[in-house]
Amino acid sequence: MKLILTEEQQFLKDTAQSFARDKTPVTHFRELRDNENSQCWDESVWKEMVELGWSGILVPEQFGGSEFGMAGISVIMQELGKTLTPSPILSTSVLGVSAINMLGSDEQKENYLPKIVAGELTTALAIDEGNHHDPFAIDATAVLDGDEWVLNGKKVFVVDGASADSILLVARTSGKSGESNGISVFAANKDSAGLDITKISTADSRNYANIEMSDLKLDQNALLGEQDLAGETLEKILDLGRIAISAEMLGNTEEAFEVTVNYLKERKQFGVQIGSFQALQHRAAKMFCEIELTKSAVIAAMHAADENSNELERLSSLAKFQAGETLHLVSNEAIQMHGGIGVTDEYDIGFYLKRARVAEQIFGTSEFHQARYADISGF
Amino acid sequence: MRKQSKNMEHLEQFRQEVRDWLEENCPPTMRTPLVPEEEVWGGRNAEYVNPESKLWLERMGEKGWTAPNLPKEYGGGGLDRDETKVLHQELFKIKARPPLNSFGIWMLAPCIIEFGSEEQKREHLPKIIKGEIRWCQGYSEPGSGSDLASLSTKAEDMGDHYLVNGQKVWTSYADKADWIFALVRTGPKEPKHNGISFLLIDMATEGVSTKPITLISGKSPFCETFFDNVKAPKENLVGVENSGWTIAKKLLQHERNFISNFGLAGGGTGSGADVVNIAKKYLGEANGQIANSAQRENITLHKMKEHAFGLTLQRSGDEGAKASAASSMFKYYGTEHNKDRYELMIAAMGNKGLGWTNEGFSDDEQAITKAWLRTKANSIEGGTSEVQLNVISRRVLDLPN
Ligand SMILES: Cc1cc2nc3c(=O)[nH]c(=O)nc-3n(C[C@H](O)[C@H](O)[C@H](O)COP(=O)(O)OP(=O)(O)OC[C@H]3O[C@@H](n4cnc5c(N)ncnc54)[C@H](O)[C@@H]3O)c2cc1C
Ligand SMILES: Cc1cc2nc3c(=O)[nH]c(=O)nc-3n(C[C@H](O)[C@H](O)[C@H](O)COP(=O)(O)OP(=O)(O)OC[C@H]3O[C@@H](n4cnc5c(N)ncnc54)[C@H](O)[C@@H]3O)c2cc1C
Repeated sequence: MKLILTEEQQFLKDTAQSFARDKTPVTHFRELRDNENSQCWDESVWKEMVELGWSGILVPEQFGGSEFGMAGISVIMQELGKTLTPSPILSTSVLGVSAINMLGSDEQKENYLPKIVAGELTTALAIDEGNHHDPFAIDATAVLDGDEWVLNGKKVFVVDGASADSILLVARTSGKSGESNGISVFAANKDSAGLDITKISTADSRNYANIEMSDLKLDQNALLGEQDLAGETLEKILDLGRIAISAEMLGNTEEAFEVTVNYLKERKQFGVQIGSFQALQHRAAKMFCEIELTKSAVIAAMHAADENSNELERLSSLAKFQAGETLHLVSNEAIQMHGGIGVTDEYDIGFYLKRARVAEQIFGTSEFHQARYADISGF
Repeated sequence: MRKQSKNMEHLEQFRQEVRDWLEENCPPTMRTPLVPEEEVWGGRNAEYVNPESKLWLERMGEKGWTAPNLPKEYGGGGLDRDETKVLHQELFKIKARPPLNSFGIWMLAPCIIEFGSEEQKREHLPKIIKGEIRWCQGYSEPGSGSDLASLSTKAEDMGDHYLVNGQKVWTSYADKADWIFALVRTGPKEPKHNGISFLLIDMATEGVSTKPITLISGKSPFCETFFDNVKAPKENLVGVENSGWTIAKKLLQHERNFISNFGLAGGGTGSGADVVNIAKKYLGEANGQIANSAQRENITLHKMKEHAFGLTLQRSGDEGAKASAASSMFKYYGTEHNKDRYELMIAAMGNKGLGWTNEGFSDDEQAITKAWLRTKANSIEGGTSEVQLNVISRRVLDLPN
């Protein structure tokens, strides 16, 4: 495995960079927030992404995708992260596509994937139920009643849950909370009776929902894959999600850092640029080191995913851990080094801090992944 | 794509050749863990406790594989980056000991290649690569450490030679080395960076003397070095007079890249002990896990950083990066990480990590205590951590002075 991008991946990254710079600079996000846009992402921007083929990057060619792999979608996420561009790409093109592709029958794939590629359908993966990410702590139940599944329970903090056309619900069909066995995944239309979706308002002004299932009735082909056996695959799907969001967080970090370093060169106090103070220089240099480590962890993880490496779990945890730690550090330092202006709403740097803390929580904090890494490694 | 697969084919063939050659030529005891007394540094006065170390050095030196990526015409291996990687992988696989430790290879040779004259290349490189001449580094002085460019050891132009007077300090292994590459002031009136030259001096020359200094680890690998009216022939000036600072900085980048490997478990100075194994042994295990949960967390954090750091070294290689200001990142991170490793190790060992002699402590335990003390120098030698952070700030991030 070489820790560099291929020419095609680099090209995709360059395309995404121009896209983000020209079409969705941070002012785009600011407008969505100021206008209290109900889905927190822009329909026409998403259409353009779809036209560029980004919705189908993980979709097999036979269903209309490009099979460009995790490296492809991760470099896009990284560039979108730089300008805080919101879109359903994580929830739909990474999580939705992977779940349907890895769990679903051919018929289900035929039913969903071409629509996702065409931008006609968005999805959300509803998994967590508590205050912290815990993928097997599933209490929501699904019981077969005649030829119908009946689902009950709740889901929280579902990414893009407030806009998705189709919600992929993780429920327990046997076993007890904490077990990987007995977990199944169901696809439900957002308008289904018994499915109550409530948008929540978060610091990062993005799209999340809490979801209640009360006697939600789904027909048999709503079940993706085999009953009881989704647990292991779900871990793999989550690992892909973790890698993608790590890439986005790397993008957040790189931009927040660049803006800050530029500010250090601009701002003058005591008659000199504040960037000449060693107290700030050494902190900036340390951040630079952590960012370099993050780049390496993310690129290793995305290639591992594409090569089906048996190191995927460890590398995905390493990436999410390192991306989380670094973004945490840089988002705090960015504000501090800006002085008073850093804590104003008018200035963009605060957006990075608010996005940071939410992204750190999604699919496991650094502490979560540290514990997972230790267990996998046998420490 | 075709080109790539052709290269893959070639590499596999090369791998097989390496494997066969090593099978035949790597002596049996050279595949056992290294013991400190058997470390090989070469040189005129080298003593070999184990005759197989000498044999191993000769064979590897003959192939040029002590310096695999240096050009063949000067005795190097002439391997490209991928081939070098294959060679290292195969050496690692049979747990081969390094045939030669050498400041000559790590620091000086790449600079002679870049800045030296044809005669200097022919004269010095083969002897470095074969381990016949051992080199030491004469940079630091009592008044010039981090502020290296303020150095005052002077070299006066006497026509066919320079007359060198002054003192160096912290010169590692000066008492064992055959030659020294030294920074000397040839332009006392020039601004400080523009009056420095890079000079090669035979330690056997009259007027050169050394005096060992003992370290906190109890060992004495370095010296004060004195130059008292030492005559150094002019042909031993590398590059142009008064422009030695450029060479000096380049050499430091090579040195820093080398020291960075200390950041990886098993790299550089130390006992080669693994912190996880040490922790399991001295703290005990509970359900296969390090029994103390706080220390297990600290060690996990350390191992994750090490993993990401190792990937960064790999990425830098894959990107084809050469020694540059970014080397400072590796130097800084790698050495701080190595210090952290030994702090974690002695913490895990409890009172067994504090031994000084063998009364009450095994050889391995003492080795870790000594290594812990030795690692404290990692973030000082080759430029301190603070100096590395300065280089990153100014050269990489372009922050103002
Ligand atoms: C919520 C809030 C309320 C406030 N209320 C008041 C108020 O009521 N009245 C009032 O007069 N002011 C008030 N202030 C202003 C406050 O005192 C200034 O923001 C503060 O002194 C920093 O100045 P600055 O914002 O210009 O940052 P800068 O001075 O530009 O600092 C930018 C960064 O450079 C660093 N820096 C600057 N100089 C050095 C140096 N020599 N060495 C190392 N680092 C350095 C700083 O630590 C900071 O990280 C308020 C600020 C805030 C955020
Ligand atoms: C084990 C060992 C082996 C060595 N081997 C060799 C060798 O073979 N050849 C050789 O030439 N040298 C060698 N050295 C010397 C080494 O390069 C110097 O010790 C090093 O450059 C630091 O210089 P100094 O000891 O004079 O410390 P000083 O420069 O006096 O530094 C003291 C403290 O001040 C800090 N400081 C200094 N300047 C700044 C600044 N601008 N900003 C912030 N902080 C600063 C330093 O980081 C340090 O913490 C060796 C040193 C050690 C420990």
